[in-house]
Amino acid sequence: MARYDRAITVFSPDGHLFQVEYALEAVRKGNAAVGVRGTDNVVLGVEKKSTAKLQDSRSVRKIVNLDNHIALACAGLKADARVLINRARVECQSHRLTVEDPVTVEYITRYIAGLQQKYTQSGGVRPFGLSTLIVGFDPYTGTPSLYQTDPSGTFSAWKANATGRNSNSIREFLEKNYKEVSGHETIKLAIRALLEVVESGGKNIEVAVMTKEEGLRQLEEAEIDAIVAEIEAEKAAAEAAKKAPPKET
Amino acid sequence: MKLDTSGLESFSTLTAPGDDVAGEFSAPPSFQLPNSNDFDGFVKEAIQMVKPAKGTTTLAFIFKHGVIVAADSRASMGGYISSQSVKKIIEINPYMLGTMAGGAADCQFWHRNLGIKCRLHELANKRRISVTGASKLLANILYSYRGMGLSVGTMIAGWDETGPGLYYVDSEGGRLKGNRFSVGSGSPYAYGVLDSGYRYDLSVEEAVELGRRAIYHATFRDGASGGVVSVYHVGPEGWKKWTGDDVGDLHYQYYPVVPSTVEQEMAEATGA
Repeated sequence: MARYDRAITVFSPDGHLFQVEYALEAVRKGNAAVGVRGTDNVVLGVEKKSTAKLQDSRSVRKIVNLDNHIALACAGLKADARVLINRARVECQSHRLTVEDPVTVEYITRYIAGLQQKYTQSGGVRPFGLSTLIVGFDPYTGTPSLYQTDPSGTFSAWKANATGRNSNSIREFLEKNYKEVSGHETIKLAIRALLEVVESGGKNIEVAVMTKEEGLRQLEEAEIDAIVAEIEAEKAAAEAAKKAPPKET
Repeated sequence: MKLDTSGLESFSTLTAPGDDVAGEFSAPPSFQLPNSNDFDGFVKEAIQMVKPAKGTTTLAFIFKHGVIVAADSRASMGGYISSQSVKKIIEINPYMLGTMAGGAADCQFWHRNLGIKCRLHELANKRRISVTGASKLLANILYSYRGMGLSVGTMIAGWDETGPGLYYVDSEGGRLKGNRFSVGSGSPYAYGVLDSGYRYDLSVEEAVELGRRAIYHATFRDGASGGVVSVYHVGPEGWKKWTGDDVGDLHYQYYPVVPSTVEQEMAEATGA
C-alpha cells in the first residue's frame, strides 16, 4: 500500500488516490468553518485560534472576498488557500472583461473545483490541501448560494455545511436544527453550530455576513459576543422550561 | 504561431498547471508573418486590397418592439458582380443575428465560431449568453487579429434578459453599442432614409417597411449593393424573417411606371 501513495498520478489496486485522501486528512486537521444559507443572506463562520499578543489580527482574515458579491472561507493549508484565492480573484475579473458580466457563484465554484482537480491529475505536483466554502449572490437572479469544494475537485451546493475540525458533529447539529431563516436568525444559527466545537467567545470565532445590498460584512468582536450571550440566554431558558413541566403534574 | 481553432476541436488534454498567473486565459491566436523586407508596407497594401470590398449595405436599429436587421444580397469583386443572392444576415442562434460586411469568408467563419462559443457558454452556465457578452467575445477575437488583414464589419443584434441589444463590431477591434447602425458602401444612403423615417414607437410592420425602404434606396444609388432585400425582426421570442424582396420589383412598387400622356401622336408620313 505504501508504494501507491508517493506519486499523485498512481491509482492503488483498490481504486484509491491516496494523495487526495491524505489531502482530505489535512483538511480535517484545519480550523472548523461553517456556512449557512438564509433566504436573504448567507453567513460564514470560522474558528479562530487565539492570536498571539504581538500579532496584528487584521492580517489573518480567514473569510475573504473574491469579488463584490462572492466570499470564501476555507479549512486546511492556509498557504495553498492564498494561491487558490488569487487565481479565483483573477478569474472573476477576467470573466467581467470577456463577457461584461460578474461571475455567478456556480461559475467561480466550478473554476476553483476545476483547478483543484487539475492538481490531482498532473505529474510532480500535490493536490491543494483545503476545502472551501463559497458564498454569494447571483448577479441577475439575486438568489443566495452556498457551495463547497474539496481537494478531489468535486463541488456541490448546500443549504448549510461545515468543514475542517469536527465538521461531522457540526453537520449533525445543522441537520437537526436547520430551518430556512433570514437576517439575524441565520447569523445565530451559524454561531450556534460553531459553538458546538469551539470554546465560546468572540475571541475564538470570526463571522461574516453576505447580503445582496451590502456585500460582505465582517462582524465585530463585540457583536459576536452579544449574539453568543443571546444564545446562552436562550439555552438557559430552554433548560429552565424543561425542568418546569414536571412540577405542575 | 497558430490559428485559433479552439472552437472547432474537441476538448484538449490538460496542460501542465502553474503555467501563468492568468491560468485558463488562452494565449492570443496569431498568424505566421509574411517573408517581406517592408512588413508595414506589405500590411498596408494588403489592407488597401481588401478595403473596397465592403461593397454592401446592411443596417439594424432598435425600436419599441425589438430590433430590425436588414441587408442586401450582392457580392462584388471590383466591377464584377459575383452573386446576387448572398445571405448577409447570419443566424448565430435562435435569438441572435449577425450581419456580414467586408470579407464574406471572414464574416461567415467568425460568426459560426461565435455561434459555437455562445452554445458552449449556454451549456456550461445553464443560461443564454447576453448580446453584450457575445459581441465582446467576437470583438476580443477580432482585436487579436488586428492588422493581419481580416475584413469584418458586423452588427450583432439580439434579445436577451435585459431586452433588445445591438452592437457594431469591426476588424479594427472596435465595438460600439448603439440604437441605429448601417454598415457598408451603401450605408450613407441607407442612413439618410433610416434617420429621417425613424421613430422609437414604430409598429413592427412600419419598422420592417422602413428597413426595406432604406436598403432599397441604398441599392438604387450604390453600385456595389443590390439583389434581394432581407429584413429580419428580433423579438422576445427570437428572430423571424419578414421579407426577401428583389430590389428591381421594389423599384416599380415604389415608383410605378406612369404611362406618359402623348400630346401629339406621330402620324405616318404621307408621300411628300
